[in-house]
Amino acid sequence: MAFNHKHLIDITEYSDTDLMTILETAKAFSQVNERAIKKVPTLKGKTIVNMFNEPSTRTRSSFELAEKRLSADTLNFGGSSTSTVKGESLIDTVMTLNSYKIDMIVVRDKHAGAPYMVTQASPVSVIDAGDGKHGHPTQALLDLYSIWERKGSFEGLKVGIVGDIAHSRVCGSLIPALKIMGAEVTVIAPGTLIPAAPEVLGADRVSYCLDDVLPELDVVYMLRIQRERLEGAPFPSLREYHQLFGLTRKRERLMKPDAIVCHPGPINRGVEFDSYMADHPERSVILDQVYAGICVRMAALYLLLGGADNGLAS
Amino acid sequence: MSTSSPKAVIMDEASVSRAMTRIAHEILERNEGCENLAIVGIVTRGDLLAKELVDRIREIEGVDVPLGSLDISFYRDDFQTHFSPEVHATDIPFDVDGKRIVLVDDILYTGRTIRCALDAVMDLGRPSRIELAVLVDRGHRELPICPDFVGKNVPSSHEENVRLYLKEVDGRTSVEITEVAAGAHVGSAPLGGE
Amino acid sequence: MALLLKNAHVVDPSVELDGIVDVLIDGERIARVGENLDAADAEVVDLSGKYLVPGLVDMHVHLREPGFEHKGTIESETRAAARGGFTGVCSMPNTDPVTDNGVTIEYVKSVAAREGHCRVYPSGAMTRGLKGEIISEMGDMVAHGAVAFTDDGRGVQGAGMLRRAMDYGKMFDRVFMSHCQDEDLVGDGQVNEGVASTRLGLLGWPAAGEEIQIARDIAIAELTGAKLHIQHISTARGVELVREAKAKGLPVTCEATPHHMFLTEDAIDGTYDTSLKVNPPLRTAADAQAVVAGVVDGTVDAIVTDHAPHADWEKSREFELAPFGMIGLETSLALVITNLVKTGTIDYGRMVELMAIAPRRILGLDQVSVAEGSVADLTVFDPEASWTVDADALESAARNTGFKGAELTGRATDVFVGGVATLRDGVVC
Repeated sequence: MAFNHKHLIDITEYSDTDLMTILETAKAFSQVNERAIKKVPTLKGKTIVNMFNEPSTRTRSSFELAEKRLSADTLNFGGSSTSTVKGESLIDTVMTLNSYKIDMIVVRDKHAGAPYMVTQASPVSVIDAGDGKHGHPTQALLDLYSIWERKGSFEGLKVGIVGDIAHSRVCGSLIPALKIMGAEVTVIAPGTLIPAAPEVLGADRVSYCLDDVLPELDVVYMLRIQRERLEGAPFPSLREYHQLFGLTRKRERLMKPDAIVCHPGPINRGVEFDSYMADHPERSVILDQVYAGICVRMAALYLLLGGADNGLAS
Repeated sequence: MSTSSPKAVIMDEASVSRAMTRIAHEILERNEGCENLAIVGIVTRGDLLAKELVDRIREIEGVDVPLGSLDISFYRDDFQTHFSPEVHATDIPFDVDGKRIVLVDDILYTGRTIRCALDAVMDLGRPSRIELAVLVDRGHRELPICPDFVGKNVPSSHEENVRLYLKEVDGRTSVEITEVAAGAHVGSAPLGGE
Repeated sequence: MALLLKNAHVVDPSVELDGIVDVLIDGERIARVGENLDAADAEVVDLSGKYLVPGLVDMHVHLREPGFEHKGTIESETRAAARGGFTGVCSMPNTDPVTDNGVTIEYVKSVAAREGHCRVYPSGAMTRGLKGEIISEMGDMVAHGAVAFTDDGRGVQGAGMLRRAMDYGKMFDRVFMSHCQDEDLVGDGQVNEGVASTRLGLLGWPAAGEEIQIARDIAIAELTGAKLHIQHISTARGVELVREAKAKGLPVTCEATPHHMFLTEDAIDGTYDTSLKVNPPLRTAADAQAVVAGVVDGTVDAIVTDHAPHADWEKSREFELAPFGMIGLETSLALVITNLVKTGTIDYGRMVELMAIAPRRILGLDQVSVAEGSVADLTVFDPEASWTVDADALESAARNTGFKGAELTGRATDVFVGGVATLRDGVVC
């Protein structure tokens, strides 16, 4: 079994076998995370830079824990202290990091394509921790893991993604990943939140009506709605959005008995769903997703830093 | 792909079986029974030998000793050069605190695998004692590690590989010495033969 | 000293020339055109195997001076123009300060006269500071030599503002060149809305954001009677709108760039190549085909480059932060020969119309023809020269070509401006 990847940026470069390798490895790491001593020496002596050029508490924390549990040395670089604030270009910043003799850069940036730029400026492995509205591959992996744990396989699985598809970096990775694994994807949102060409991502179907498609879904993936935006808002009010696209106790009767509910977090109670659905003991896997995040990130770090021998020439 | 050629069969199925029976007896004798005893095999094949030992102990003492398996992928110090993406599950379904643990591996060579295994077990808790049982000790230790129970001592050279094959995964049970082709993988045979 | 250009294949539809003739240049004008010319004192240049055409004019070029000399200067970019085979360019007014009064027009002209390698025909801003609020001093600019008015770069957003500018400026008999972009629809669009925007997670720029303003500007041109020229047309519907306007007999012309004809949004992949970030954006293959069809049927009048040099550090940024634009002066002729002439889509005569005759007509410049008495602005090119685009080997101060590595056929070898060589054997003079 070979795993020939240096970077984790474009999930479409990964095969179904590659993705399963990550999930299986994540499962092995899950055991480590359940122990009293949640640490293994695998990446001892490796230096990983978390270059977070836009604020992110959750993803950064998850990466940081994953790195520490693998015994890597981590350097958090970014936030308000970033050199970009001081006028330095991304490339110059990365070249500075290179001089620290590092082994990996985990990059979060508000601009699409920034992780690829980092690969052009640095010889080390790069993980995309979310770039603009483009991609968020480790989020897609943790989603896959959570779904796999509950559903066992992806073949023919019907997944509905509800909400702001158009501006979601999660979708940029999740929809292609689900397609690679053989799932069927329906995107459900008002027209203002649907991208210009959803089929390019791999969406099989577009629906404007949650109630129409809810009965056939095995997985209902609710995307976060940005509450902050008011001017030029894509829908008239949170109230109306919740009425049309919120997952509620009332709508639960339309769901398959074993359908599960996912959300990338942080959740907005009263918008994406009511508390009944958010906290649903059988259906909601939202907190499992958070846990899965640690496991898949450990797996990705482990597999990508597999060393000179992981089949890569350079 | 032919990376090595068989040179000699140094243990056949019967001798492997006799060695395992003897080791089982020695473990029980050393521990004065099986109180607090637990057997932990290192994947791959050490776990199968561990199960064999548990079966023998049951035959001798009529007691089921706790059995676990240990994957040391995350503890390897040669991670950079012997990276294998295939990670097997560690399965230790008992509390290791206060246990007398016998680690089981097939071939003892440099001792690095055992060092990793010791770290891995210690990260799971605090056993009262850890001992080491191996089917074959081929020498060439690079670390101060010494087995407590040995099936057979087999002097070997660095240009040779000593491998255990087991019926349930390889179709035959034997310990074989092979010539190592330059650059070929030294260590356990892939499951299911080559 | 007189110059006798011998054995070139001369193509000039304005005088119905398409064959091998000799051309004698004396001073700044053409003295004689004919077969087997002799001139005792003339320097003789054998142009066997080469084509000689009226000097090419690129009516949409950013020279960056004054204000953005780190991107390019009048010297460096007219040097690129000469290397590309152009005898003249129309400069855009988005300089700093904006070219929106007689003084700045005069500045561009004087620097060009002193340092330039081709003629520079400056255009002036339609509105003061390109802000779309107040009509600029068009009369003053015309008095100092402005050839056209444009708010290129963002376009005039208010319909009433455009109407005022056209109604006022039409007395100067200059063309109004429109950059068509509805900012409310385009917003922070980075690439064409559709496949590219979805795949790359970039804000999209719908074709309608361009077409709406093309339709609006045509209506306002009809209302005011002003001459309208649509800049860098990029969509199928846009071409159709211009076609309809022309059919109605309205004074509407338009231009297209090589990059909108020969590149599509599909070229922008996960490498986020910022040299492909242009305004308007690269569109679909169907759009590109429609633009080419417009070139063939005459809907598109002129081929221009929208040559937009940027410093490497400006383009070596995140796609969303990089400025719009690519350079084009040195690849335009070769791209047209390679992709349109060699493919049989158009002939050299039509190419001369698109790249020499129409630009002069639209800008109201004196025509140049390969005929006795005409100003000797001439372009000579080798139609069979094969070359590969190497950004580092270009004369422009910038490297932001979208055609890096393209294998092209045809390249200018000699250029004469008013009888003076600006390019000889591929070397800028």
